[in-house]
Amino acid sequence: MAAHLFYNIEETVAVILFGIGFTMLLLHRNLIKKIMGMNIMDTAVYLFLAAKGYIRGRMVPIVVDGITDAEAYINPVPSGLVLTGIVVSVSTTALMLALTIRLYERYHSLDLDQILMQAKKEEPS
Amino acid sequence: MSRKKDNYENSRWHKFQCWLKGEVDPLSAEGVETVVPDLLSAKSQTEASKGQPEGAAQEAAKFEEKKPADILQKKEEAQENCQKEEVQENCQKEEVQENRQKEKAQENRQKEKEERGIRIYRKFYQIMSVILCMGIILVLLWTIAYLPIFGNAGNPDNNEVSARYIEQGLKETGAVNIVTGMILDYRAFDTFGESCVLFIASCCVLVLLRMDRPGEDEADSSDSDRIYEPKNDIILQKCACVLVPVILVFGIYIILNGHLSPGGGFSGGAVLGSGLILYLNAFGFAKTERFFNARVYRCITVSALTFYCLAKSYSFFTGANHLESGIPLGTPGSIISSGLILPLNICVGFVVACTMYAFYTLFRKGGI
Repeated sequence: MAAHLFYNIEETVAVILFGIGFTMLLLHRNLIKKIMGMNIMDTAVYLFLAAKGYIRGRMVPIVVDGITDAEAYINPVPSGLVLTGIVVSVSTTALMLALTIRLYERYHSLDLDQILMQAKKEEPS
Repeated sequence: MSRKKDNYENSRWHKFQCWLKGEVDPLSAEGVETVVPDLLSAKSQTEASKGQPEGAAQEAAKFEEKKPADILQKKEEAQENCQKEEVQENCQKEEVQENRQKEKAQENRQKEKEERGIRIYRKFYQIMSVILCMGIILVLLWTIAYLPIFGNAGNPDNNEVSARYIEQGLKETGAVNIVTGMILDYRAFDTFGESCVLFIASCCVLVLLRMDRPGEDEADSSDSDRIYEPKNDIILQKCACVLVPVILVFGIYIILNGHLSPGGGFSGGAVLGSGLILYLNAFGFAKTERFFNARVYRCITVSALTFYCLAKSYSFFTGANHLESGIPLGTPGSIISSGLILPLNICVGFVVACTMYAFYTLFRKGGI
């Protein structure tokens, strides 16, 4: 198993990055740090997808000298998926940051526990 | 924003740390120890107040026994009544104070219990979340141990789809860059969805950040906007004079060569947006709004999205097959080739550049 993990070192690193991001998402009470954890998880997914598309000894999928042999180029599909992922990640990050700004204006705190406690106090009134 | 929280002095964590350091004892601070001397002094005061007026009244009664006067008796009775009432009031006050102090002590104890519970819960939560994350990492690593080896040509994800894209892509789309041909021809609707996601995200940010300040004066916002920035920084302006044209030209180059080289609408649009942001930082909103304001933003984004939508969605009316455009594909490798991919790249680039710039200005001053 360890040897196999070493052969798949890119995927291993991606999974560990994913775990780090998930831990940040769970452990930190600061909303900005939660967003950072989310972005680290996104990065892990990009790394995993890019690693899946790579084939050893082949070129980038840009046709050179008219060679259109499938044996000459790497897999172009994961690259398109990574592009989609980046765009969605940018959008969600901007949306989360805007929501965080609104929460800070309302409760004057970035601590999620304090925000929840204040929101609970205000609920019955 | 300071690093410490705004309400840090009152936070439980700060109190807990003070208690740990021994600076403040939460029990003695508001509760028991200060209560005891108060109680004693209150009791002695009440005893004294009980003793003196009764004795004085008796003496007065002895002196004035022989004087047969109803008024005096009435006076005495009234005095005694007053004294009794005072005593009763004092007793009641004492009881109320004692009750309050007891309640305070109880509240302190309850607060301590709650704090302890919260602390224990937080420790438990942290430990459990770390365990959960380690479990997830272990399960995923275990899965990876069964994945095919990295970079092997025979892996199952390198199947006939990618082979078909590579072998037929140049012939069918005319794009030298197969990834661009894939995302803007075979999967053009996916890319359209991505640009729409960007547009909708910028709309949502606009709604979220503009809601509370529609009536703000423009002069105020322009003043408060520049508080944290150096005003008319000469170094930044000279650097921007040199850099902004280069950045914009490079972004346009990336967009126009999207089907020939690495790049395309998204990366080129991001470069264009960063050039605009640099210009804005150097010269301020007044100069930038001469050529890029909310109206221009709306026009560019909506027209680009509409063109994209019209150019790709009429394949629904031709049977939802692969779009057979009448545009000749041209010679592969020249800039004007590969049919609709170049205009679509330009559309995507405009949308991305406008969205990046809009994000920046929205977070900076709450408006485009």
